[in-house]
Amino acid sequence: MQQSDTRDWKVIGDSYYAAVSANSLHGEQIDEMLSRDQQVNPHWSRFMQALNTIGLTEMESRHQEVQRLLRENGVTYVVHGEQHDHRPWELDPIPLIISNTDWDAISAGLTQRAELLNLILMDCYGEQRLIKDGLIPPEVVYAHAGFLRACVGLIPSGFPSLLSYATDLARGPDGRMWVLSDRTQAPAGASYALENRTALARALPNFFGEVGVHRLSSFFRSLQNSLFELPLQYQLGQSESATGIAQRQTHNPHIVVLTPGPLNETYFEHAYIANYLGYTLVQGDDLTVWDGRVWLKSIDGLQPVDVILRRVDDIFCDPLELRQDSRLGVAGLLEAIRHGNVVVVNPPGSGALENPSLMPFLPKIAKHLLGEDLHLPSVATWWCGEPKQRDYVLANLKTLVIKPTYRQPGSRPLFGSELSDAELDTLRTQIIAEPHLYVGQEYIHSSTTPSLIEGRLEPRRAVLRAFLFAEKDGYTVMPGGLTRCESETEELTVSIQNGGVSKDTWILAPEPEPHISLWQQRTGTNQTAEASGVLSSRAAENLFWVGRYAERAEGHARLLRIILDKVKMDKMGLETSQLGQIAPATPTTETLGEDTREVSELIYLRSMLRSLTGLTSSHPGFADKGEQSLESELLSIMLDTANSGSLVSTLQALLSAAYAVRDRWSTDTWRVMNRIEDLCTNLEKSVPEGRDVVEAGAHSPYTDLVLQEAELASLDQLMIFLSALSGLNSENMTQTVGWISLDMGRRIERSLLLIVLCRSSLVAVQDEWIEDLLLESVLAAAESLITYRRRYRSELHFPTALELLLLDEDNPRSLLYQLKRLEVHIRVLPREKRRYRLSEEEQLILEALTQLQLSNTIELAANSDRTTQRTGLEKLLVRLAQILIDISDVLTQTYFSHVQRPQQLTTTDSF
Amino acid sequence: MSYYKIIHKTEYSYLHPVNLCYNEARLTPRTFAYQRCNDSEFVVEPEPWEYREREDFFGNTVYYFTIQQPHNQLTVTVTSYVAVESRQQKLAFSEYLAWETVHQQLHTDSDAETLEIRQYILNSPMVPTIPELHAYAQESFTAGRPLLAAVEDLSTRLYNDFTFDPGFTTIATPLSDVLKHRRGVCQDFAHLGIGCLRALGLPARYVSGYIETDPPPDQEPLTGADASHAWFSVYLPQLGWVDFDPTNNQMPTDRHITVAWGRDYADVTPLKGVVFGSGTHKLSVAVDCKRENL
Repeated sequence: MQQSDTRDWKVIGDSYYAAVSANSLHGEQIDEMLSRDQQVNPHWSRFMQALNTIGLTEMESRHQEVQRLLRENGVTYVVHGEQHDHRPWELDPIPLIISNTDWDAISAGLTQRAELLNLILMDCYGEQRLIKDGLIPPEVVYAHAGFLRACVGLIPSGFPSLLSYATDLARGPDGRMWVLSDRTQAPAGASYALENRTALARALPNFFGEVGVHRLSSFFRSLQNSLFELPLQYQLGQSESATGIAQRQTHNPHIVVLTPGPLNETYFEHAYIANYLGYTLVQGDDLTVWDGRVWLKSIDGLQPVDVILRRVDDIFCDPLELRQDSRLGVAGLLEAIRHGNVVVVNPPGSGALENPSLMPFLPKIAKHLLGEDLHLPSVATWWCGEPKQRDYVLANLKTLVIKPTYRQPGSRPLFGSELSDAELDTLRTQIIAEPHLYVGQEYIHSSTTPSLIEGRLEPRRAVLRAFLFAEKDGYTVMPGGLTRCESETEELTVSIQNGGVSKDTWILAPEPEPHISLWQQRTGTNQTAEASGVLSSRAAENLFWVGRYAERAEGHARLLRIILDKVKMDKMGLETSQLGQIAPATPTTETLGEDTREVSELIYLRSMLRSLTGLTSSHPGFADKGEQSLESELLSIMLDTANSGSLVSTLQALLSAAYAVRDRWSTDTWRVMNRIEDLCTNLEKSVPEGRDVVEAGAHSPYTDLVLQEAELASLDQLMIFLSALSGLNSENMTQTVGWISLDMGRRIERSLLLIVLCRSSLVAVQDEWIEDLLLESVLAAAESLITYRRRYRSELHFPTALELLLLDEDNPRSLLYQLKRLEVHIRVLPREKRRYRLSEEEQLILEALTQLQLSNTIELAANSDRTTQRTGLEKLLVRLAQILIDISDVLTQTYFSHVQRPQQLTTTDSF
Repeated sequence: MSYYKIIHKTEYSYLHPVNLCYNEARLTPRTFAYQRCNDSEFVVEPEPWEYREREDFFGNTVYYFTIQQPHNQLTVTVTSYVAVESRQQKLAFSEYLAWETVHQQLHTDSDAETLEIRQYILNSPMVPTIPELHAYAQESFTAGRPLLAAVEDLSTRLYNDFTFDPGFTTIATPLSDVLKHRRGVCQDFAHLGIGCLRALGLPARYVSGYIETDPPPDQEPLTGADASHAWFSVYLPQLGWVDFDPTNNQMPTDRHITVAWGRDYADVTPLKGVVFGSGTHKLSVAVDCKRENL
């Protein structure tokens, strides 16, 4: 590749040259793309050429495309602890490019470092020869909170401990890559790297062909293979108590991904990796230790677990032996590991290596253990536990980066140059008090790399996180990684948590690589479908609630729309009854004066609003207040997040439940969820000024109700999204227990909604005219109006309408239809075979079906004894509602809630 | 040589049945230079589903057991037979090194044992840095004073300055509160002693165990005999670990039975567990430690 004309490439603006040249004048950072003599480095030229061809404007629009793709795929990063603050993942479309030869050297260095750290880890938790031989000062290990004494001897000697490893690299002014820090507990980021690649491959398809880039899939394939082979490698199940299951688990291990849950900052990644590799995503209390083995509480009962890919930090792994207040771990897990009955990746205790005070000693240890020099240097590090090094750090506090040796969650390194004199003094005092807990590190002027900022290329400093995984014969390096860039030029740290932007990392391939499918057959092994089909009880419960909330939101939105339409039309003086044209005007209506008519309208409206209140469980709501505060109540029922029955709250609950089973959704389903989330956010924001949810009603009687068109349009849109969700659920999910849970939720909720609607609108005896209006609205809310009209083409007839709503087996909206579906689901639920007795849920659904089918709509509709209520109808509906609630409870107890909270036993017995 | 039979019974009563529990007990007396545990028998009711014995990082015996059936009560009874050799009644303190010399040696020697011992100078979860401890310790550690003499003085001051008050502290009481209010129980006093020694850069560890319930006719009964007891130990290069019991203002001879040692209480908790069930529990502990005449 000739570099003669690169100056003509307009994409590299003068300001880029100027900035890079200024940096190099100061002798600080170098640039990844431009050489010191301002030429485009050869390994960048193909990319820059391609970029020059499409131009920056086009690149910017591809950037938008990338962001849209990421957003639609639900790639997020949770900002510390905020449940609803899923920060969208930012990806710069300009990758970091590394040449093949450069990468070979880096890879060799990474592999060596991983091997070295593995040996150190094994030694720390084994013989501790490195301490005894004086290669590591004892305080470096013993004072580090990541060194867990409970984990000493956990892994039998000879087995590798560091299976998964990640490290942050930066290129220094000398052109070499330097290691900034090591990640060894549960390294994060690999899935984000993969997602970045996927998005970029779609947005810049031709670039990949022209540039020639190493694929990432081979890495994930080998990760999958390694995990699969781990039980064999660790001779799992060889201990005396588990010989019977040894065969099964080594040949077809059950692998789970253990996540701290949806509140964790990288939960997206946990769900993504579980989904991508085909493993079950679990939380701590989905697992239990029983007979010295780890089991998954699944809807089919306990399922043995052989390999745990954990994303829970060391100290939270086992409340018995580690942090006692942990709710994220599994009691007895360490003992199960000791039994040799489960492999945890990485084993608890691996955090001992996330310790910068090891760095100064690595070169000597490498010589000692490997007989080699370190290929990849660590950033210059001084451990304050040694007096000379401490004195150096104290003397150079202003220019160094100071880190505690143990990284607390949320803690940041301190940059001496950023601190005030007072802060420096405090730091000095802290270091002098406990010197062995601090290191000073050289501040690396890490290299800059072109980034697309507001349509221009600008040099930004970058840090690369590289990933490795242990295979049988050594470590595999991901040919790529997760690059993070500072978002502002002045920022000293480059981290996503602080608002950095990510980049894809392209390692140039010498020749095109074949596509590797994760589905290729493993040699010699045959995985059956069974292992990955396991559904945890928690997932089943969440799916059940996704079904219920989705249905509830749909019913809620539909009824709201009917009411809002009605109110709007009233205002415009339009005929409200769609049947009005074919239904002969009743004599009553004709003879009634306008006033009476208005009163009847009110009765109708009130009745509908009562339905809404019942449906949203937002009592007292309309049930008591009548139409007095209609607007405020309608707004509250739609938008008030403090009202747990409001539409917005229901949608939030739906999204939470869906997010908790993030790994179960197809991309398309997740896109619909994202749309619902957007809409939900917009609705929350749409409470306009001066229309305070609580206050509005006070000064605006319902006749002034002006719900904006936008809100009606939102409802329409919402209905479409919810229907799409329902369609995707029924058409695209495999009809296994997961889908059954979801559909049971839908059927139960739809039944309950219909019952509420009927009870609040049809039980009370009204004027025939009002009853017609109500009947019509109930039919509309139950999506049965068109069916009714087409089928009967006549005036509304109470018993016929009731028949269609309750007992018509062909109407997919009828109560009978829901119960029959529910019965089918209940029949196939996993349960122990009992010959003569039906299970509780089977008995309940049988009773519901029998009660309903034995009823007679003419009798139910009749009002012969001139009471104000159709008592037969009321009784039936109340009973059916109770049965449905009981079914929901029984399902929860039998299939979902295997989750009991642990307690600590306390002892205060010594005196 | 004195022989003891120790019965340590711990009983948990639950308000509501517990379905599942995981436990770890460090209740088996250790065997070392001054002591031999001849037998130790665990009886757990209800019968544990599984149990295992292992050695922890400090060489203590850990008894792990689980119960996987609903139960309202958990009883752990450990019966041990231990032979204790009388330690030197009175060491000639003045013959031993000045505390500064010991300090110096520990920080410059690089033999494997010294390197291993150095972890006991570091803070541990229940004994954090408290500046007042350093000041308190300094009174005993005057310049050039032999280490053992200084520690004995420290132990005596703890005995005199602090009130034994079983109702005042719990396991969760921070050491700084004990220091502030000057009252506590044996484990608090042990932690105080450890904290003082570590504040001066000296290695100290926590010892849990028992003391003889009924004193021989010619001796006073000891405090803390009806439950687990605790004291601390300091390390000397030539001598190894030397025990001090600040609760009774004495150095253990043959009336202290060692069960376990570690950096602090958290490393040697006699019995801990995670239970699955709801509601509260009641705890009762009884220790009977009797001399046997063989």
